[in-house]
Amino acid sequence: MQLVLFVIFGLLAVVAALNLLLQRHPINSALSLVVVMMSLAVLYWSLGAEFLAAAQVIVYSGAIMVLFVFTIMLLNAGEEEPTTGSRAASIVGFPGAAAIFCLLSFVFLSERKALGATTLGGELNTAGSNLAAISSLLFTKLLLPFEVTSVLILVAILGAVVLARKEQ
Amino acid sequence: MTGLANATVPVSLYLILAAVLFTIGIAAFLVKRNIISIFMSIELMLNAVNLTFVAFSHMWHQVSGQIFVFFVMVVAAAEAAVGLAIIIAIFRTRQTLNVDQINLMKS
Repeated sequence: MQLVLFVIFGLLAVVAALNLLLQRHPINSALSLVVVMMSLAVLYWSLGAEFLAAAQVIVYSGAIMVLFVFTIMLLNAGEEEPTTGSRAASIVGFPGAAAIFCLLSFVFLSERKALGATTLGGELNTAGSNLAAISSLLFTKLLLPFEVTSVLILVAILGAVVLARKEQ
Repeated sequence: MTGLANATVPVSLYLILAAVLFTIGIAAFLVKRNIISIFMSIELMLNAVNLTFVAFSHMWHQVSGQIFVFFVMVVAAAEAAVGLAIIIAIFRTRQTLNVDQINLMKS
């Protein structure tokens, strides 16, 4: 079951990410990104992170991507014209990205014995559900960072309003 | 069929999937000329890193990785709001979304 879920949704995520890369119109890229995020939500669930799967659907593919789609429609963004692009990007960037991928894959594959295998569902050391473990840690030990994020979001809202306001 | 149903997945496969998504995000960041598409490729890279956090959280049987992903999501939401507001401001002043033409600080 775990393997089936991983193969189906992992392939779906990779194909949608490639579609994001290859599409010229930003709205097609945005919808591909929604598919990637939904597949990742299923993978989170299969790794025993039910709360994060729900938060991924609500926050990422719900709120953030709707904001993206609204901005694309508001600015009436059309197809991007193919340009030669920066030469530094093609000379240094793509070999660099490939090198990062090769390095990461090498490390992960050489350490695969130590990393172990996953089984379906949560396997937390603490008793109780995943949500109870997250909330008890978040509201006791990490209360100050949690409150600071609310201030951060407030500042972000004010900044967004100020930046997007029409100049008088 | 029962063998397939009970099959486990190595953690390294999840990490390699995250590496693939991260690399596609880097490539999209370099190839795209539209500023909104560039912003979306940054979101893709953030998601790839979140997948590694969740995989390691599963591996160590600890909830800390999931809390880290929660904070990453909060910061990404704030970042998306401010970033898209900046994009709207850029479009209002320069009437373009092409990053090749947004070169005010270049000259």
